[in-house]
This record gives sequence, structure tokens and C-alpha cells, in this order.
Amino acid sequence: MKNQKTKSSDWPGRTKETTVSLAKWTISWVITVAIPAFGPTLFWGENTLINLLAILLNIGVGIGMIMANIRHLETLDELMKKIHLDAMGIALGAAVVGGIAYSMLDATNVIPFDAEIGGLVVLISLTYIATLFINVRKYK
Amino acid sequence: MKNRLKVLRAERDWTQADLAEALEVSRQTVNAIETGKYDPSLPLAFKIARLFEKQIEEIFEDEQE
Repeated sequence: MKNQKTKSSDWPGRTKETTVSLAKWTISWVITVAIPAFGPTLFWGENTLINLLAILLNIGVGIGMIMANIRHLETLDELMKKIHLDAMGIALGAAVVGGIAYSMLDATNVIPFDAEIGGLVVLISLTYIATLFINVRKYK
Repeated sequence: MKNRLKVLRAERDWTQADLAEALEVSRQTVNAIETGKYDPSLPLAFKIARLFEKQIEEIFEDEQE
């Protein structure tokens, strides 16, 4: 077994590395969301060029976050990959069904406020986290 | 699908963590395979067979047979 251990590459180390990288990219992306959201009100006002640059920065970091997520998925073992992909599939389904329903609630004035994209992001996140939690417990 | 993973591991006095490390998977995956909650992919089944120096069918058994 010791021979096997020395032969095996540092899989847990690689997984940890890509997880930390994904966390860093995600935090950076959240920060770059805050820049165009609060910057105009707090700092530079209606400056189109700065707003455009802030949004381009947000898109660039967002692409980095997506790539980090892909690298993270590639380092997961097959069961964890399945658990994450199942959660992603259900979150996508919830986004489509929930998003359309939410939009129709707004269009038909059933809800007294505008359907905001933030509501959809919260739905996707909660669905993803809940499915991940259920599936991790299922295979425990 | 039934398997003899737990028996083979016990014969070698390996922990689930030892086996997981050798297979480059998580301990949860080894546990899920042993308890029959998860059937491994063909590449992982071959890896397990190579590790225990056995044929795949000596480790895994199709319950429909």
C-alpha cells in the first residue's frame, strides 16, 4: 500500500488548489459586481466610460470565474462530479421554470413589484445548494 | 451492482482512506461504492481491478444475472 501511496499523484492537493482558486475568483467577481452597482452613486456619477470599463472588468473576471469552475470540476472525482452536475442541472431547470413564472407574475401584475434578476440568482443559488446538500447526504 | 470491494480492502488491512488515496477518489466515493449506492465508471472499475490484481468480474457482479 505504501508503494501505491508514493505512486499516486497529489489528487487531494490539486482539488484543494482548484477549490481555493474558485473561491478567489468568486470573491473577485462579487467585488466587481459591486463596482458598477455602487460606484456611480458613491464616486463617479453618470460617467459612461468608467461605468463601461467597470462592467467590462466584471465580465472579464466573470469569465475567469467560469474557467476556474471548469478547472475545479475537472479535479473532482467522478462521484463528486456527478453530484455537482446533478445540482447544476436541477438549478438550470429551476432557473428556466422559475424565471419564466417570475416574469409572467410581473407581466400580469400578480406581484406588486418588478421581477428583478437578483431574485432569479437567489433561486438558482438556493436550488444548487439544496440539491448539493441532498445528494451529498444521499451518497454518504 | 454488488461488489467485493469491502472484503478485498479488509483482506489487505486497508482503510477506506488508504483505498481512496490509491484510486485518487474521495473516501466518500469508496464508501458509496462499497455500500452499493454508487456504481463506478468503467475506467474506475478497471483501476480498482488493477489495484487488487483481479479481473473486473471477480470484484463486481451484475445483480441481474
